[in-house]
Amino acid sequence: MSGETLKVSLRVTSGFALDVAFDVPPGVTVLFGPSGSGKSTTLAAIAGLVRPSSGRISIGDDVWFDSAAKTHVAVHRRRVAFVFQSLALFPHMTALQNVVYGMDRALDPTAHAARASALLERLRVPHLADRKPRTFSGGEAQRVALARALATSPRAILLDEPFSALDRELRIELISDLRDSIRELDVPVLFVTHHRQEARALGDRLVLLEGGRVQRIGKVAELVTGGHDASFDETPLDADRILDR
Amino acid sequence: MELAPLLLSFQIAALATVVAAVLGIGLATLLANTRFPGRDLVDVIATAPIVLPPTVLGYYLLVALGRRSAIGHAFEAVFGSSIVFTRTGAVVAATVGALPLVVKSARAALEGVEPTLMRAARTLGAGPARAFFTVQLPLTGRGIVAALMLAFARSLGDFGITLMVAGDIPGETQTASLAIYDAIQEHRDAAALGMVLTLTTVAIAILYAVNKLTGGRDVR
Repeated sequence: MSGETLKVSLRVTSGFALDVAFDVPPGVTVLFGPSGSGKSTTLAAIAGLVRPSSGRISIGDDVWFDSAAKTHVAVHRRRVAFVFQSLALFPHMTALQNVVYGMDRALDPTAHAARASALLERLRVPHLADRKPRTFSGGEAQRVALARALATSPRAILLDEPFSALDRELRIELISDLRDSIRELDVPVLFVTHHRQEARALGDRLVLLEGGRVQRIGKVAELVTGGHDASFDETPLDADRILDR
Repeated sequence: MELAPLLLSFQIAALATVVAAVLGIGLATLLANTRFPGRDLVDVIATAPIVLPPTVLGYYLLVALGRRSAIGHAFEAVFGSSIVFTRTGAVVAATVGALPLVVKSARAALEGVEPTLMRAARTLGAGPARAFFTVQLPLTGRGIVAALMLAFARSLGDFGITLMVAGDIPGETQTASLAIYDAIQEHRDAAALGMVLTLTTVAIAILYAVNKLTGGRDVR
């Protein structure tokens, strides 16, 4: 399943106008744009939570959505890991149960628990296994949500500003942990962020959205300028500065 | 104190609560989670028993379920007894009275669950049914329990619909609320008082428990 490219071409006309087309090869593509530019709708359409008016979404040889062929694969059959801004951890389940929830149910349950524990270990939160989300700190909840997303053996990963609630140190630490896991999976990752440092630390490519349209596509290293000194730059990414280059 | 009508009341209320739970939670889920034409109409019809006179509801039920109706006829062909003027009729009457309470409270409880949690469940491979039973329903928790307790209390106290649909047949459909009326008519005041106090105690205890349940900090 690895090495597949996610191809997105979609139009939404009801309510909010969106008309975008871009490819997401394996690795991290940053989706950037001002609020209201269509980032969230784009992610929701890829996951299947929103049905576009027209277009085509495919991964590898599989078509998830094709308005011409009337194809619309249901959300739960796409195997897209979605990390929401609010994280959406299930409050009535322990960390371990949260991580196990998305695993292939055809597999043996004891193998599930072992794999979930290994993932929590890897994201440095093994001590949370039997605790419920209410007791987690922001960074801990973040790590459990990422473990839950990775546990599904996803074909693509969608990250909707998952680090926005964290302070700087935690964010840097978490991104370096996440980077290795993502490289291993070798799947397309679409990462919505407002921070240039996050974009550079995690992203390979960048898609710039504005007003529901793609303004620019390119390598993060070329598009995101400034802040190259050792200290982490907190200046949010700025569309004008990217476009000026 | 007459025990038979009380016992019958509890049996009928328990059955009616089970039926109202299945139908009511089903309807509430439909209303809370889906959009379909006529949704508002379904909502109004499911809630109407709160405001319609029991005689009006009884009339509709007699027309719909009577021995000459299609449903009544089919039921009698399968089970060998009619719906109306039997215990089945009493359960139907109590269910109709309790249904709006279940639909209203269950819907509010279901809509109170953060929608992103269901979306997360779907992206994690859960179909609509699994997302409902493993995430949405468990998170309504006490809201639904409270709804079912109210439904039981309402079923226990039904008078008008039961009288219309099931009659007042001692040992068959004469529930405690009907037996109290008969006892008063026949000047058996002590018998009436026993049943009155029993029903009052149960109803107050249930309302108290419901308030305790829904007043907790976990319930929205």
